[in-house]
Amino acid sequence: MTEPVVEVTDLHVSFGTLEAVRGISFAVHPGECVAIVGESGSGKSVTARTLLGLAGEEARVRAGALRVDGVDTSGFSERQWRSIRGRRIGFVLQDALVSLDSLRPVGKEIAETLRLHRAVPRAAIPGRVLELLEEVGVPEPEQRARQYPHELSGGLRQRALIASAIACHPRLLIADEPTTALDVTVQAQILRLLAERRRGGTALLLISHDLAVVAELADRILVMKDGVVVESGPADQVLREPEHPYTRGLLAAIPTEESKGARLSATTAPEVRRAPPGEVVIEARDLAKSFKGRAAVDGVSFELRAGETLGIVGESGSGKTTTARLVLGLLAPDRGSVEIDGQPWAGLTARRKRELRRHIQVIYQDPLSSFDPRFSVRRILDEALDVGGEPRATRRDRAVELLEQVGLDASVLERRPLRLSGGQRQRVAIARALAPRPRVIVCDEPVSALDVSIQAQVLDLLTDLQAELGVAYLFISHHLGVVHHVSDRVLVMKDGRVVESGDVRQVLTAPAAGYTRELLAAVPRLDTTAPLVRRAS
Amino acid sequence: MIRRILTRIGTSVLVLWGAVTVSFTALHLTPGNVVDVLIGSSIVTPEVRAQIIADYGLDAPLPVQYATYLGRVLRGDLGQSYQLHESVATAIGTQLGPSIQLAGAALLVAVVAATTLALLTARRKRWIRGLSSGLELIGVSIPTFWAAILLLTVFSFQLGWFPAVGDDSGSSLVLPVIAVAIPITTMLTQLMRESLELTLEEPFVLTARSRGMSDLGVRLRHALRHALVPAVTLLGWVIGLMVGSMVAVEQIFSRQGIGQLTLTAVSGKDLPVVMGVVLVTALLYVVVNILIDLLYLVIDPRLRSAA
Repeated sequence: MTEPVVEVTDLHVSFGTLEAVRGISFAVHPGECVAIVGESGSGKSVTARTLLGLAGEEARVRAGALRVDGVDTSGFSERQWRSIRGRRIGFVLQDALVSLDSLRPVGKEIAETLRLHRAVPRAAIPGRVLELLEEVGVPEPEQRARQYPHELSGGLRQRALIASAIACHPRLLIADEPTTALDVTVQAQILRLLAERRRGGTALLLISHDLAVVAELADRILVMKDGVVVESGPADQVLREPEHPYTRGLLAAIPTEESKGARLSATTAPEVRRAPPGEVVIEARDLAKSFKGRAAVDGVSFELRAGETLGIVGESGSGKTTTARLVLGLLAPDRGSVEIDGQPWAGLTARRKRELRRHIQVIYQDPLSSFDPRFSVRRILDEALDVGGEPRATRRDRAVELLEQVGLDASVLERRPLRLSGGQRQRVAIARALAPRPRVIVCDEPVSALDVSIQAQVLDLLTDLQAELGVAYLFISHHLGVVHHVSDRVLVMKDGRVVESGDVRQVLTAPAAGYTRELLAAVPRLDTTAPLVRRAS
Repeated sequence: MIRRILTRIGTSVLVLWGAVTVSFTALHLTPGNVVDVLIGSSIVTPEVRAQIIADYGLDAPLPVQYATYLGRVLRGDLGQSYQLHESVATAIGTQLGPSIQLAGAALLVAVVAATTLALLTARRKRWIRGLSSGLELIGVSIPTFWAAILLLTVFSFQLGWFPAVGDDSGSSLVLPVIAVAIPITTMLTQLMRESLELTLEEPFVLTARSRGMSDLGVRLRHALRHALVPAVTLLGWVIGLMVGSMVAVEQIFSRQGIGQLTLTAVSGKDLPVVMGVVLVTALLYVVVNILIDLLYLVIDPRLRSAA
């Protein structure tokens, strides 16, 4: 076997008293893809950054061996590190919108790598930048090189970011969540691009929280938890016959078509049977809304019944969020109407609108930004209970009751949002939404920012609450697996229109519309018999 | 884009019109006969009195007086100072030069010093930041007039490095410039360091470092530009503040300038000059803020496409 491009043995990284990485070992060979999978705080990103000498000034790194491209990097000076960053190791982060300098054209960002390492003569840099852009599949490179990150689509700017990482043809490419912020069809393209690099002989170290993404690309998988590798091995083996309970838990937590009706998280709570759907709580007819002449929503109609979940799936810009805002009465439609419990928004006074809002509540992707950071949980709930007309005397009891319903105990009442974990925050957001006893909760990407095991718990919680309280959900997500898992019916949206709708099993297993088929084909799957990237190659 | 510039110019005209109206109102709200107010503390012949009444149209009804005044200001005629025996425009014109020289030099010094300090101290060891923010606290706390007196005492009277008065040589500019620049530098340093520190946490900084860029390179080529946007905003506001500190500094260093002119005019109740200074300051302020708006577009390309 050839010499590995990276070889790490017994790596320890600590920050003060916190040991982020505790003795991990791995190697990546040319043309191989090794994936490190783990949830937040597992130490996967710290590991990646340590390979570049970028773990931070406070980090203390200790390793049996830390070899990059045959060179021992332990005891490297900053100058020595700089000489290998970008030249021997390329690094790609998630979300190029923030990982590229927003004030510089992307061409300059790519040129920077070439300039720093004097990879080509100065005069040849502009030409080389265009070649690189072409290499990563960016059309019209002359024009694109002059554009700024915000002027490019998510896929194009991620390609530009990759171009800047591979400009000096590094033998190792580290990709830290390279597709996390992307739509599913774009994600598939980026994964194909990374697969191409690997076929060209580049060693690929992929860092991800998403096992399904990893399944598409990885030859070997390391599962990390609390700074330790709990399981490692060939991808097929780890994904099909996981040995460690943590890996099994992670795999079981992924919502898919098969998981429908079952619990995602390990729990002893008895499953509650859901009542059949009741009366209509939302009736949306022929909604249309445009901004500056561009139609954001065009001709969307649906109804939602009590105790039922309607999923809305679509990629960014499909009009999902605008639809939610129309339903919530936060935007007035250009055409069409929304009725909540038979009461249309149109023509209501501000006061009557506020009364109607009690019946329809909302939870967002990032609860932290929807809370006042200075409010304690008690005040957050108190405010919502006040709006819901709860008498002052019973508010505290009701707040504790709400927290119990979402699986938190009264001890969090005095805490502020920043002191809560991501999962706890989303539970508080759900408790707040439940406070005025709504008929409907609009869930706008409610689990997209959560780790898969926390996501599983929150999805289970939403299911339980629905069975218990008969609340209806309008569930908006870009994640087809999640929507399939929670929804009864689904709308597939594209460019403001509904391209397909109906029973979720029907639509997402036997789609009639070409676009739905395209979306489904792009979803990374765990069944490794025919992974997308290899299928395409 | 063009529409944005037009609205910007439109609002600027409104601001100037407001300034004209305010000074006209002030003239008429000052206790006493308007003619006496305009003459102030000097003594004039009856012919001059008659001339003033004719110039300002004081025998006409108030709306006509307002229109006359507005028309004259539009033509650039700011009236006559009966104490200085010259037109207000000439008086201000001759004093504007030294003031702009002082203000411009102070701004330049402040921007260069603040940028350097912020770049050197952002996200450094605790004692460096502590030392720097301690000095900044002192800098914003001491009143300009006191700093000026202190500089004068030490560097002029005791060490004799710089002349104490006058405005004829370059060396006479040094101390006044430092006195005016101190508070601006310290405010700007604090602001820029804070935004530099936020910027250095951004993912694109990690990306730049992963390409092999040095820490200094990252600060200069990437982070600095992001820190400039809030700095420019502060500068626009500082220009207004400077008029105040110039009054003190020009007086202490016995320099010619708008500050000196304003002080004399206010204490001598020379209302035409005071009104003229108000209008010129407003004009300056408006022009600077338009330039700053354009500067935003140069710094941040995202604002260009938004416009």
